[in-house]
Formats: sequence, C-alpha cells, structure tokens
Amino acid sequence: MPAADDSSTLLEVRNLQVDFRTRHGIAHVLDGIEFSLSKGEILGIVGESGCGKSMTALAIMGLIPSPPGKVAGGEIVYRGENLLKASKERMRRIRGNRISMIFQEPMTALNPVFTVGDQIAESIVLHQGLTRRAALDRAVELLREVHIPAPERRIGEYPHQLSGGMRQRIMIAIALACEPDILIADEPTTALDVTVQAQVFDLLLELQQDRDMAIVMITHDMGVIAEMTGRVLVMYAGRIIETAAVDDLLQNPQHPYTRGLIACVPQLSDEPEAERAALMEIPGVVPPLTELGVGCAFEPRCGFRMPVCVQSRPSPVAAGAGHSAACWLMEEGDRP
Amino acid sequence: MSASAGQPLLKVRDLKVHFRTGSKGPFRKPTFVHAVDGVSFDVPKGTTFGIVGESGSGKSTTALAIMRLAPITGGTIDLAGARLSEAEGNELLALRRKAQIIFQDPYSSLSPRMRAGAIVREPLDLMDVGAPEDRDRRVADLFGKVGLRAEQQALFPHQFSGGQRQRIGVARALASQPDLIVCDEPVSALDVAIQAQILNLLRALQREFELTYLFISHDLAVVQYICDEIAVMYLGEIVEQADRISLFKRPLHPYTWALLSAVPSAASKRRGRRRVSLEGDPPSPIDLPPGCRFAGRCPFAEDICRAEAPARREIFPKHWVSCHRVGDDGVPPHRTVPLSNGPAEP
Repeated sequence: MPAADDSSTLLEVRNLQVDFRTRHGIAHVLDGIEFSLSKGEILGIVGESGCGKSMTALAIMGLIPSPPGKVAGGEIVYRGENLLKASKERMRRIRGNRISMIFQEPMTALNPVFTVGDQIAESIVLHQGLTRRAALDRAVELLREVHIPAPERRIGEYPHQLSGGMRQRIMIAIALACEPDILIADEPTTALDVTVQAQVFDLLLELQQDRDMAIVMITHDMGVIAEMTGRVLVMYAGRIIETAAVDDLLQNPQHPYTRGLIACVPQLSDEPEAERAALMEIPGVVPPLTELGVGCAFEPRCGFRMPVCVQSRPSPVAAGAGHSAACWLMEEGDRP
Repeated sequence: MSASAGQPLLKVRDLKVHFRTGSKGPFRKPTFVHAVDGVSFDVPKGTTFGIVGESGSGKSTTALAIMRLAPITGGTIDLAGARLSEAEGNELLALRRKAQIIFQDPYSSLSPRMRAGAIVREPLDLMDVGAPEDRDRRVADLFGKVGLRAEQQALFPHQFSGGQRQRIGVARALASQPDLIVCDEPVSALDVAIQAQILNLLRALQREFELTYLFISHDLAVVQYICDEIAVMYLGEIVEQADRISLFKRPLHPYTWALLSAVPSAASKRRGRRRVSLEGDPPSPIDLPPGCRFAGRCPFAEDICRAEAPARREIFPKHWVSCHRVGDDGVPPHRTVPLSNGPAEP
C-alpha cells in the first residue's frame, strides 16, 4: 500500500476526542484518534468490543448521541471541510449521500413496515430530488447491482420476506443509492453465515473497484481484516495502539495486544497438526473507560509490563514505513 | 484423550426431529420442517465430536434432541448403554445427570435473580447429587476448577463479564459430574480475546475428568482446533464425517469444500486464495427437493443429483461422504478447481 498522497485524501481525522458522561464519571471513549482515508482505500479497524471502533464510525457520521456523549476536540476533515463545524442541515446532506454506513444487524436496521423499495427510494428522493417513481426505478437498478434476483418483484416486499443475506444486500443498496465516496461498514457480516459472508465480501470488493469508493471496515475478526483491508488501525480502550499495512501488521505485529489478537484465535489449516498446543490467551477484559489510570490502558493484561507502563502512557513510535505502535517496549528497543 | 475400546458413550441412530408447521386445521394438509432427518454417529468416551453447519442445518436441534429438549420423531439415542431416547420419568432424570449442556449466550442462560453460587448449586439439589452437607464444598471446588474465586459465589450474573458468565455455565454443567457435555456454540457470543480462555478451559477440564463433548459450532477454525471427529450438516443431514485431520486435508463433499474456502483467514498460507461463491441461500427445510439437498447450490450437480438422494459411503477409513460426484477412489468433483487463482467454475 503506497503512502497516500494529499490529492487523493478524502477524509482526515485529527486528534479526535469523544467523551461520555456516565454515572461513574467521564469516560474518554475516543482519545486522540488520528488517521486518514484515501480514495478507493479499504481501511480496517479492529479490536474487542468497547474499544471505540463503532464510536469512531458514529463520530464521522455525526451520530454521537448527545447527551450523554460529546465531541470534546479534534477535527474530522472531509474534502477540506471540518465536519465537526458543519451545521445539522449540512451534515444531513453529507450523511447517507457522500458518506454512508451499513450496520451489523440488517434485521433491526431496516424498517419492518415499509417495503424495501420505499426504503431505498427515501434516500434518493431526499438527496437527489428525484420523484418517487424515478427513485423506485433507480432502486430496481441498485438491487440488480447488488445481485438480488428478480428486483422488480423484490422492491415491493417487506424486510421479513427476505433472508439475512438479502437484507444485508438491501442495506448495501441503500448505502450506495447516492454513490457515496466513503462507505463505513460496521461488522457487516457478523450476523451472516460464512457462505453468505463470502458473497457480501465479493460484492463490496466489486463495488469498491468499480466506483473507486473508500471503505472503512470495522470488525473484531483478524481473518476479515486479512482478506478485505489494505491498511489497519488496531484500537484499544479508545485509542489507536497500532497502525500498519495489513501484511506488515499480520507478519510483524509490534504491540502485545495486536500479537494477542492474532494468536488467540485458532487458524484454519489444510494440514492440521495432530498435537494441539493451548491457545494464547489475553487474560482479563477491556477495563471500564472511567477507570483508566495515567499509564498504558493495556498494562493490566499485558505479559510484558514494565514499571514505566503504569507511570505514563506510551506515544506512537514508528516501526517501519507506515507502521507505528504505542508501546513502551518500542522505546526500549527490545520488542516482545 | 484415548478412545476406550468397546461401546461408544453416545450412540445416535437415524435420529429424526420433524416439527409440524403452518396453520393447523382439519382440512389442511400438514407441513413439516425436517430439522433433523436421519442422523447417525458414535462418540467414544473422552473425545470431542463436532457438528458444524450453517443456520438451519439442524446442528442445534440435534443437540437439543440429545438433551431431550426437542421432540424426537424417530431413531434412537443411547447414552452409556441406556436408551436415552425412550427414557421417561425417573429413568430420564437419572440419565440427565449424565448429560449436561452449555448454551451459547451466557447473558440469557443464567437467571439474573440468582447468585452465581446458587446457579451452580441448583443442579446438585435438583438431582440429589452427593450428601447435602458436602454440596457447599463441591460448589466452591467447581468455582476453582473453572477459574473463578470461591467468594464470587455471592455475586449476581450482571456483576460478571461475558467470559466469566460462561465459566459459571461450565461450572453448572460440571456440577452433576456428567459423562457427556453438549456445548452449543459455547464461544460464539464471546469477544475474540475471551474465546481462547474458554476453549483452553474446556480442553483442560476434558483431560482432568475424561469428559466427552458434543461440540456444536458454525466456526470451522474452532471446530478444527477442539474436535477429534467432525460431522458437516446441511439441511438436517450429515453430508460428510471424518476425523479432524482427514476432513480438512481432503474435504470430499463440495459443500465442505465451499465452506472451507469461505472462511476468512489471517494465516499466511491461506491468504489470497479464491473464495468459492455458492449461489443463494439454503432452501427451506419444509419443501425439500428430491435427490441431494445441496444440488440446487452445487456447482457440480448433474441429473442424478437432482433425482436420487446419495448414499453414505466410506471413502477413506472412517471418512464418510454422501455425494454422487465423489469417486470411489476418493477423487472429489472439486479436485480440478484451483483455489489459488482463476474463477471457481467447474
């Protein structure tokens, strides 16, 4: 993956801070998030639940629920415009039009009382000012594009008449209705069977190539990261702890958390070994974000912890071209 | 994990679970969901038998039928020499002590109003296991075995993380000292980093107590890791069955082959390989097609596949497949399709 040149940069997130007010105090759910996204790029965001992956997506979409949430600082620059400064009206024009999102659960993200045709047409009427009839024609075209058989019949059906894979295709068709520059996919295949997941992946890759659309792929599955993405952000407790090109990340992970994420999952093999070693465990769980100390958030679960890890938080250190990790081991020079 | 000779601990023969569905009425023709339709397998003591398949394949219904939690339409289930499928009343209660289940979702399978200690103790009291005065000690002991602290017995389920809740579920299943534990997607609802903790725990407990597992999962990598023998189910039937080495080394059924190719993997050897795209979704288990149930999605189907149901054949020692297109010499129809490049057309 070559370094992004500035002309092709679509989106730039700088020092993004998002806080949530909770019963137990202020939680910094996103803390200093920085990354950029280029045209046609597929960027992966990986981590356990509660690491801030989905919150990053919601922040870009301007959908942080407020209160209790609040964007406390930073910039999200889309084609030179800071979205955090944009009016509600302006955000409505961008959301679902230039930047679209598909969600994990296609069952709950679709409205059960409207036909799928109406739900696709809604965004076309709103953003492109077409008549309902013209929008429905466009909906048929979109369904054909996401490989739904007999689209003329399907637009008159309701979500409950469709299978899980079909529903996710409808979600993708809605997201693509206005030909967005950026598609944010938040665990788009977690609820789907593996053969259907493969179909959805093929579709996303095809659309990304045909339209030069950028995709932000949010997942907890390193296998999905490996197959789908070009560059990866690894998140832990609201921060980016490692970023690298996907091959570099998988072959040469630097942060102990990244190593753990790769090693804790059994890998499918064509030639399984007769003897099976115990899987590597990451002990414990993600800490509550209201209880983070001044040190590294991963320190309580880390097998390489040192005195410095409790005292202060490591900053990202370069580990090769386009590869950086925030870990004190990097500074010490002796890596895990 | 040596399989002791002689009778298998669990013996399932031609198991059928059909559910009646649709509107009922005197003049309506009844329709049936063939959730499990003629499934047979043996599980030797101390081993792990995996059933893998997609949603609707009947893998969970098979597990529930073995726990006698789904109505059995036909066939037999024998557990430790006793006819579990026909047991009723006290005999069934006694057999239930020997078979326990761990459920998928540790959030909904534990009562939110009971303390963790009481949840683990309940089966001991219900099944009258051991002397009542020893039960407190046994519960504390079980907490230790699954990696929880004895004082955590006083907490309620919401005070535990997902992984810890699943440990409570494991302790509850172990309480009656069962021979067989049915694990129904035991790690699917857990965060990736937590799955390894539970899988390692299950393997350690198996070695310690010579437990036998029936392991239900949709995750092929997990199944390959934890199971000794694996059955692949599709629409209520076992289409292929083999030990963990043979199944993954030489998958014979085109469905197994397609499933394996569809798993996204971070392993360098598998990167960049071609995914086999199956068209469409599995057909409904209500109106089953004649012939092979996979024929509608199979890229290699011929006329015979749509006309005649394939018989189960043992192609390699203890490696069975039900597919017309697999040669007796063990050459599967996908043999000539390269997975590394080019389209996956036959």
